[in-house]
Amino acid sequence: MDWGSIFGNAIRAFVGTDAVYFALAAIGLNVQFGYTGLLNFGQAAFMACGAYGLGMTAQYFGVSFWWGLPIGLVYVLVLGLIVGIPTLRLRADYLAIVTIATAEIVRLVVRSVRFKEYFGGSDGINQFSQAYRDLSPFDPSATYGIAPFRFTGYTLSTLLPGWVLVGVVSAFVWSLMRSPWGRVVKAIREDEDAVRSLGKNVYLYKMQSLIIGGVIGMLAGVVFSLDRGSVQPDNYSRDVTFYVLTALVLGGIAKVSGSVVGSMLFWFIFVFVDNVMRELTASGPLKVAGVTVIESTQVGPVAYMLVGLGLMLLMVLRPQGLFGNRKEMTLDAR
Amino acid sequence: MPAEPSSETCRAARAALATVAPVPGAPKPDPILVADGVRRAFGGVVAVDVAHVEVQRGSITALIGPNGAGKTTLFNVLSGFDAPDVGQWRFDGHNMSRVAAHRTPSMGMVRTFQLTKSLTKLSVIENMRLGAMHQRGERWWNALFPALWTAQEREVTERADALLRRFKMDHMREEYAGTLSGGQRKLLEMARALMTQPRLVMLDEPMAGVNPVLKQSLNDHIRSLRDDGATVLFVEHDMDMVHDLSDWVIVMAEGAIIAEGTPQQISDNPAVIEAYLGAHQGRAMTAG
Repeated sequence: MDWGSIFGNAIRAFVGTDAVYFALAAIGLNVQFGYTGLLNFGQAAFMACGAYGLGMTAQYFGVSFWWGLPIGLVYVLVLGLIVGIPTLRLRADYLAIVTIATAEIVRLVVRSVRFKEYFGGSDGINQFSQAYRDLSPFDPSATYGIAPFRFTGYTLSTLLPGWVLVGVVSAFVWSLMRSPWGRVVKAIREDEDAVRSLGKNVYLYKMQSLIIGGVIGMLAGVVFSLDRGSVQPDNYSRDVTFYVLTALVLGGIAKVSGSVVGSMLFWFIFVFVDNVMRELTASGPLKVAGVTVIESTQVGPVAYMLVGLGLMLLMVLRPQGLFGNRKEMTLDAR
Repeated sequence: MPAEPSSETCRAARAALATVAPVPGAPKPDPILVADGVRRAFGGVVAVDVAHVEVQRGSITALIGPNGAGKTTLFNVLSGFDAPDVGQWRFDGHNMSRVAAHRTPSMGMVRTFQLTKSLTKLSVIENMRLGAMHQRGERWWNALFPALWTAQEREVTERADALLRRFKMDHMREEYAGTLSGGQRKLLEMARALMTQPRLVMLDEPMAGVNPVLKQSLNDHIRSLRDDGATVLFVEHDMDMVHDLSDWVIVMAEGAIIAEGTPQQISDNPAVIEAYLGAHQGRAMTAG
C-alpha cells in the first residue's frame, strides 16, 4: 500500500479548493444555524446563486464577467426574502422544511429543459471563467510548491484567493459575533420571545442573519464554479448542504475556527478513507476468508457511509465538535 | 394585614387609591394603562373579555384570579405578544393596539414571563447588556466598527453592573445564565427587564418556583421599583405576597374582571371568595 500517496492526497485535500468551498459554505451556515439558530437546510441554493450569478452573466448577459458577483448577490437577496418572509415568523422547524424544499426547487428549475436557454439545463454552463484565468500570474499547467503541498497553477489561481477570502470572511463573522449585533442573534437562538420582550425586532435580525449567511454561502459557489470552470446544477443538491453541515458540526458550531478546520478535516478524512479503500481494491476485490468485502466500484458510496458513521460517533463521543464548548452544550440538558 | 407603608411613594400610591371606588373597572386618578373592550377568544373559548380596566401610575397592582382566569392572556395582549379580537388600550396616552411586541419596551413598557426566559448560553452580564435599548452596535453595519459602539457598550455595562449589585448577583457576572437556580433566573429576568428603563413593569408570576428567602428579596426589589417611580403590574398566586406587596388588586375570573380594590377590600369580597372556591361548579368554565 502506498501510504505516501494516500497521505499526500489527504493533505492536499486538507488545504485544497474543496476545503475552501466547504469552509465558506460552513461559515455561512454557522452564522444562520450556529449563532442564530436558523435551521437552513437549503444552503446549496445560496451557493448556486453565486455559481449561476457568474455563469449566466458571462454566458448570456453580455456584460463583463465581474458583474456576476453583484448579480449573484441580487439572487441571494431575492431567494432570502422569498424563503424568509413567510417562514421566519414561524418556529425553526418550518424554516428547515421550507429551505430544503426551496433548494430542491431551485436545482430542478435550473436543470430543467424548459429553462435550458437561461440556465443551461443539466449540462450547466461551461467555460465562462477565462477572464478570471487571464488574471492569474501562475502558469496553469506548471506545478508549484513543495511536496506534499504541490498544486498546479490552474488550481492555485482559485486556491490562494480562496483562502484569502476564507480569512476575510472569518474576520468579518468574528467581528460581527463579538458585537452587540452578535449578542442579539445568539440570544434569538436561545429564546426569541425573551429578545422580543427586550425590544429587539427579532424578525429583522433573523432576516439579516439568513441573508448574511446566504451571501457567504454564495461566495462558496463562486469559488467552486471558478475552480471547476463550470456550473452544474447537480453540484448544488441536498447532500451538499448536509456534508457542509457535517463539516460544521465536526469543527464545532458557533465557533468561527470550527467551520474552517471542520471543513479541512472533513476533506482530509474523506480523501484518506476513500484512497485507502481504493488501494485495497486496486488489484481486485478485497476478500477476507474468501468472502468479498468490498469491490472497487463500491468505494465511493462506502466512503460516504463511513463519513456518516463517523458523524454518529462524533455526536455520541464529542457532541460539541472539536472546537466547541462542552459547558455550553451541557446547558441544554437543564 | 397589609404591611405598613414602607416609603413615601408607597404612602402616595395608597393615598391616591384610597378615594377609588372598589368596583370592577373603577376609574383611577392618574392611570398609566387603560384598556377598553379587550376580548380574546381561542376558537369557542373566550379567554379574555375585559370591559374596562385602569392601572394607577406609581402603584403596585396585582392581577389575581383562579387558574384559567385569563391573566396571562391579558398580559400577552397588553404587551403585544398576542392580538385581541377586538379592543383598545392606551399606555401613557399612546394607543397600543397594533404596536408590535418589540416596540413596547422603547415606549416604556416591559414584561417578564411566567416560565423564565433566561438566555442560558449567554453569561449573566451579556443577558443584562442585551436589555439596553437603542444600541448602535446592534445594527450589523455598525457592528463591524467597534469605535462606533464601545463607548456606549461601556456605559451599558456600568448600568448592568449597578443593577447586578442591587440584585446581589454581581458575583455571578460571568456565569452562564443556564447554571443559575430557578429563583436566580427570576431575579436575572427582572434585572434584565429593568435595563430597558421602563415606566411600567409587567411581571408574570414573579414568585413561581422561588424559595422563601429569595421571595423576600424579590419583594423588596419590586417595592424598590415603585420607589424609583415605575409602575408595577404583576400576576401572582401567592396571596400572602399579594397582600404584602400590592397597593391595589384586580381580580379576574373566566376572562372578566370581577372585582377591584385594596388588598383588604378584596379579601372581604364575597365575589372573589366565590370565584376562588368554585361556586361556579357545574357552570361551563369559559377560560382555557
